[in-house]
Amino acid sequence: MKPRIIIVFLATGFAALGGCTEDPQTLESGVKVDTAAYQGTGYPFAAAGWKPGEKASWEQQLKTRTVNGQNEYTKVR
Amino acid sequence: MARMKFVCDAERCIECNSCVTACKNEHEVPWGVNRRRVVTLNDGVPGERSISVACMHCSDAPCMAVCPVNCFYRTDEGVVLHDKDVCIGCGYCSYACPFGAPQFPASGTFGVRGKMDKCTFCAGGPEANGSQAEFEKYGRNRLAEGKLPACAEMCSTKALLGGDGDVVADIFRNRVVMRGKGAEAWGWGTAYGSRQAGQPPGGKS
Repeated sequence: MKPRIIIVFLATGFAALGGCTEDPQTLESGVKVDTAAYQGTGYPFAAAGWKPGEKASWEQQLKTRTVNGQNEYTKVR
Repeated sequence: MARMKFVCDAERCIECNSCVTACKNEHEVPWGVNRRRVVTLNDGVPGERSISVACMHCSDAPCMAVCPVNCFYRTDEGVVLHDKDVCIGCGYCSYACPFGAPQFPASGTFGVRGKMDKCTFCAGGPEANGSQAEFEKYGRNRLAEGKLPACAEMCSTKALLGGDGDVVADIFRNRVVMRGKGAEAWGWGTAYGSRQAGQPPGGKS
């Protein structure tokens, strides 16, 4: 009976300690190469009107979005 | 494409903090950390002005210059980003930054080790675009989705402009030409008379 209690106690303890972990961190030096934004994310949440991988269309998309979304003078004329 | 830039129009900012809220919501920024905040000058005085401040993605960024582990990098679009795997949380960037942009979360993925956190211009970090790892460390990567920073897009008065520097400058220039400047501008001058516009009590500027 006693060993079983000890085993249960240890198992509970280890399970509780599991909550103290954090996401793994890799010690690195220098900066990793970042993927260019115009490559897209590969997920279907992107704005319409441009093709991922095409830098020119991405740049045009951002310019169009900036003007349409932030320049109300284009709407009132 | 020019460099990505923010411009805050002090004539329009009404201190609603929707940019702050949009940023925190979009990136699930932890409690106590503000990548963006609204600063009010001459608060309570007629003619007070508010501006929304975050990382300005400097062309010659002092944070990059002082970082001892070289964790910063700049994208082709001029967005200043950093690698949290490299950052040691020393805080030098916080001293160097004239805008107080670097933040040091006390919770979250890297919180306990005090990795620096700051505005990413909604461009994520070095992890794969749109990945869960990128989101947890840096927030959403809206640029890779063909979108602009959430703060600028959510600004209720369009005071905060964000995007390609050339386009943003054109919008702002056109706006200033259309509305005039100083007491000519709508806002305080329209509401309270141009003699009072922008003047603190006593009439001294």
